[in-house]
Amino acid sequence: MTLETALTARAEGPAKSGSALVRAPEAAATSAALEVRGVFKRFETRRHDTLALSDINLTVRPGEFICLLGPSGCGKSTLLNIIAGFDKPSGGEMLVGGNRVTGPGRDRVVVFQEAALFPWLNVRSNVEFGLKLAGVGKAERRERAEQYLKLVGLERFHKAYIHELSGGMKQRVQLARSLAVDPEILLMDEPFAALDAQTRDVLQEELQDIWQRTGKTIVFVTHNVREAVLLADRVIVMSPSPGRIKREISISLEHPRSPDSHAVVDLAADIREELRNPEHEAKAPESRWSI
Amino acid sequence: MVDLTAVDIIPPRARSKPRFKLGVPWKAIRIAIFYLGLLGIWKLISVMEIWPSYTFPPPEDVFEDLKLLAQDGIIWHAIRTTMERMAIGYSLSILIGLVIGISMGSFKWVDETVGSLVLGLQSLPSITWFPLAILWFGLSEHAIIFVVLMGSVNSIAISSAAGVKSIPPLLLRASNMFGGPWWQKLIYVILPAMLPSMVQGLKLGWSFAWRSLLAAELLFVSISLGHLLSIGRDLNDVSEVVSIMLVIVALGMAMDRIVFGRLEGWVNERWGLRAA
Repeated sequence: MTLETALTARAEGPAKSGSALVRAPEAAATSAALEVRGVFKRFETRRHDTLALSDINLTVRPGEFICLLGPSGCGKSTLLNIIAGFDKPSGGEMLVGGNRVTGPGRDRVVVFQEAALFPWLNVRSNVEFGLKLAGVGKAERRERAEQYLKLVGLERFHKAYIHELSGGMKQRVQLARSLAVDPEILLMDEPFAALDAQTRDVLQEELQDIWQRTGKTIVFVTHNVREAVLLADRVIVMSPSPGRIKREISISLEHPRSPDSHAVVDLAADIREELRNPEHEAKAPESRWSI
Repeated sequence: MVDLTAVDIIPPRARSKPRFKLGVPWKAIRIAIFYLGLLGIWKLISVMEIWPSYTFPPPEDVFEDLKLLAQDGIIWHAIRTTMERMAIGYSLSILIGLVIGISMGSFKWVDETVGSLVLGLQSLPSITWFPLAILWFGLSEHAIIFVVLMGSVNSIAISSAAGVKSIPPLLLRASNMFGGPWWQKLIYVILPAMLPSMVQGLKLGWSFAWRSLLAAELLFVSISLGHLLSIGRDLNDVSEVVSIMLVIVALGMAMDRIVFGRLEGWVNERWGLRAA
């Protein structure tokens, strides 16, 4: 699906809300965007083995926004790296659009925490990079790069060098580079963790907007509870040693959400309490619906 | 959305300093004073006649010789021959050195086997290959290019192995996820990503190649810069020897400025390595 068709599909859809499109359980059963089945990951060192991930099962529906939430060491980044194909699981399997995958591919593209942009290329050539490797012709490459740079608000900077960009701009370029190859799934590994609070707020808002406009399936790793509540349709709470899925929290608040809205702030506090105190259970957000 | 982006977007810094600056060219003046001073000391020593003029020629004799060499065209012929050999030998060195070095940087077993040999051979002055080269290739261009190759290929291999190892793993991951055949990854990612750590190695390789070539040319009969040096010595024409030495220095400096200076400048600009 190209951007234009995505945009028209969204516009013609019944509701503008991102969650409305994906809340069809019978469709999800037949065509999951991503299925993680019984994945284990063991790191072996000379001294001892560490079970980094234990029996991970996860199904992501097309167009769904999933947040993997947990403290450092809970294996959320390991899981993302396995989904991306950078690391091999010690056991279990992974299906993307029903097909088994083992290595990295342009159907699952990652936005890294640090800017993994190519310093020898300017902004536009960075965005074109994936298209070039995909064998897209020069004229179309340029056109799509400009289109996605516009989407992330950087069209004026297409000729800038990478080192001239601020942290937030680098993340925008990464986002454009990833979206340009039109992946099935966008993987984001704490993409805003290294940014200042103001820039992070802006980018979170824009990511919600971009997600709604493109309808991408997004798997987003974060240790920030508020960020997870703000962005996700479903928060996957993970816990460490061994890394496992503790529970899932569906969040049906309407998008775009504001980081300062009562619903987001209250639910984030509730989940934070649950992470600290295992006996406490965060309540589903339907009961605390607010403006 | 547009007003929000303004928080984050800063204008890019000015690309580079203006090419021409008005004002007093202090740098050029300092350099000119330095070389004029050097020339003055040279002239002074030759006037004092500590050594006879046939072992320590005055500057005007050397420049006179240079003029004569330029007028009868021998020097141009010699420069061309030498630079052609340099171009062939150095290009071969880069090609072979990159293949060896990238394999060393990519595969541990190559590093352990070939790598140790390369390190060992680097301690061997390349002119020691000359007798073997003549036995294998005869008194031919191939022999001399072989010596140049052996002189610089090791340092280029070593620096490109270091270059491959210094590529940030994140960049390789970023390129892996976009797929594509291995040769595309090599051309579009690995080679450019190596450049910052390769620049010094390329420079070192060039200077090794240059030394090997001139050493080999001293022993080799055909009009070239090294051979003109040995003719000068045979004819006891010291001012010719000095004038050829000056040409060699000038060529080396020009190469450093024009080729490596530009390459370094480009890398520093792209990677943002230069202190602004």
